[in-house]
Amino acid sequence: MENCTEKSINDIEKIISEKLEQNASFGDKIVSKIYEKAEQIANDVVKINDTRKINWDKKLDDILTSRITGYPIMLLMLCLIFWITIQGANYPSALLANLLFGLEEKISSLFVFLNSPEWLHGILVLGIYRTLAWVVSVMLPPMAIFFPLFTLLEDLGYLPRVAFNLDNMFRKSGTHGKQALTMSMGFGCNAAGIIACRIIDSPRERLIAIITNNFVPCNGRFPTLIAIAMIFIGVFISKEYSSLAASLAVVLIVLIGIYFTLLISKLLSKTVLKGIPSSFTLELPPYRKPQIGKVIVRSIFDRTLFVLGRAILIAAPAGAITWIVANTTIGDVSILNHVAGFLNPFAKLMGLDGFILMAFILGLPANEIVLPILIMSYLSKGAMLEFESIDSLRQLLVNNGWTWVTGLNVMLFSLLHFPCGTTLLTIKKETNSIKWTVFTFVLTTSIAVLVTFAVNTIATLLGWV
Amino acid sequence: MGLTGQSSGISLLNNKFNITKKSDEQIVIALAGNPNTGKSTLFNHLTGLNQHTGNWPGKTVCNAQGTFKYKDKDYLLVDLPGTYSILANSVEEEIARDFICFGNPDITIVITDSTCLERNLNLVLQITEITDNVVLCLNLMDEAKRKGIDIDIKKLEKSLGIPVIPTVARDGKGVNDLLFTIHNIVEGISKPTPYKMTYDDSIEALVKEIEDNLSGLLDESLNSRWITLRLIDGDKSILKSIKEILNSPSYEEREV
Repeated sequence: MENCTEKSINDIEKIISEKLEQNASFGDKIVSKIYEKAEQIANDVVKINDTRKINWDKKLDDILTSRITGYPIMLLMLCLIFWITIQGANYPSALLANLLFGLEEKISSLFVFLNSPEWLHGILVLGIYRTLAWVVSVMLPPMAIFFPLFTLLEDLGYLPRVAFNLDNMFRKSGTHGKQALTMSMGFGCNAAGIIACRIIDSPRERLIAIITNNFVPCNGRFPTLIAIAMIFIGVFISKEYSSLAASLAVVLIVLIGIYFTLLISKLLSKTVLKGIPSSFTLELPPYRKPQIGKVIVRSIFDRTLFVLGRAILIAAPAGAITWIVANTTIGDVSILNHVAGFLNPFAKLMGLDGFILMAFILGLPANEIVLPILIMSYLSKGAMLEFESIDSLRQLLVNNGWTWVTGLNVMLFSLLHFPCGTTLLTIKKETNSIKWTVFTFVLTTSIAVLVTFAVNTIATLLGWV
Repeated sequence: MGLTGQSSGISLLNNKFNITKKSDEQIVIALAGNPNTGKSTLFNHLTGLNQHTGNWPGKTVCNAQGTFKYKDKDYLLVDLPGTYSILANSVEEEIARDFICFGNPDITIVITDSTCLERNLNLVLQITEITDNVVLCLNLMDEAKRKGIDIDIKKLEKSLGIPVIPTVARDGKGVNDLLFTIHNIVEGISKPTPYKMTYDDSIEALVKEIEDNLSGLLDESLNSRWITLRLIDGDKSILKSIKEILNSPSYEEREV
């Protein structure tokens, strides 16, 4: 039966190819007939009676996508979003920290009252509870402000304008203009951004978009970046300007991410993934008034709580493990210190330390937990700390030898390093190739190592450290 | 045999399109339309799900599905990727085309942007070539109104031969009318009789010749005229899809 259908299909193919040789324009005729009919019906039923004097959509587009004002407005928007986030997150972060760590004391005294063994208190309170308290107080406020703002811009129709502005740069990098859109999706979640790469048809350009998607910070990494910018970069500037400095630092990191996206895309399309960019038309959708209430509710429930939930789910066991590892000793030294000590010489070259590098490695399942694990590791070194405000976090980092160069390198490493577990699985699924998954992992990590190494070397040579 | 045919229809949906139909009674509705016309918004409104919506074209890249109930009937709604045509110039177009053509949805809703009807009608005319049970959802009527665009709904219904429902999906306006219209089609109370495109005599003659060759091959549920037109169009991917469908286990079972 199968052969029979194959045969008839081949017959049909033959008839058609003969006919098409005689008259090749059948396809065009069919399509233009449909277009004619659509035009005829539309003319018949649509009456336009536009009484508006000014076309605001066009006016706005002229400004937002102009060669001169397009980029500055983009930067300004980005800066504004981060500034609102950082400025707004400061106070609730401190409040949550106070509340949760105040509660920790109460829980601890309850454990003492119940005469529970030290290790149980260690795992449950010092391990799990404290990690969760950090995740919530450091990450929740920035997320609850950042996501609604970002969703508002998306709803308004600004994202395609960003893509439109960036299109030219991507084309110059030898890749597809739609990559600007998939990159923008990556700001939400790299795994989602990589799935969105399906909108790029050419396999070559799709692969480039997939490999480089990780260079824009996602939901999981933004809170880390914002937190470090907030507690570290910001405070070195005078208090009035600290939020501004912190937001500029995050904007700078985002720009560096975009720069590496373009650079690596270009390198790939000149070497292993050679080819010329294919053309496409990007439609600019009309501006739509965002449904503000809905956006806030949705972005809090769908994104903020989702990301937070995932972070908590992974952070809880991670906190327990970190505490156990920090309190199990081989010889006189804890396992944690053994590992950190082992990683330390290498990490120092990159301007990090063994604990930081270990936190990034343990954070492979989800980027959200890198900072909490790091804090836990530092705390477990015995340096007890009064948790009075979010500022104590900064003190902790400074006590562990952090300078602003360390902060910068952590942000850079977070931006450029290997994708999280979920993203790697998604790459594997979308490319159907272990080779490209490993390639992405090695490529991103090498770049992260090289860049932080370069920054640290320059900083050392200039005597900044 | 009829029973196997039906159940194999379900497994075909399942195998090729990743659609899980709960029961034979469930009515499958495909949701097609140009990019950024509010397909996902309507989808969320009907199913109560929260597919991520966003104001940019090309957001939905794979089939999303959800269910809803209306007047004691179970519906399965499939949100197709937004496309300007289904002549398969891209992956999205191929997904949308294959589902409408081979997935045999009971009803296809084409959602259109009222502010640029002409471009949207191209897709409508292409879809009504494949299947009769099409409902046109004229979305974004509020934007059209603001732009001073007036659409003669009755006349449009008459020209296209299918029900036309004006909606503002964001606010849920008109969605009840849409559901009622679908219900009437399902119940056989009304039956769309879409306008069918006719082409030049030379094309029509060729269509006839090939259609005769093709008709014995295909299941009667497939639209041989439309497939023929695509073949003439020089569309290689349709042959690939046909071969795939013919060779899929569920289909062979049906032929035995």
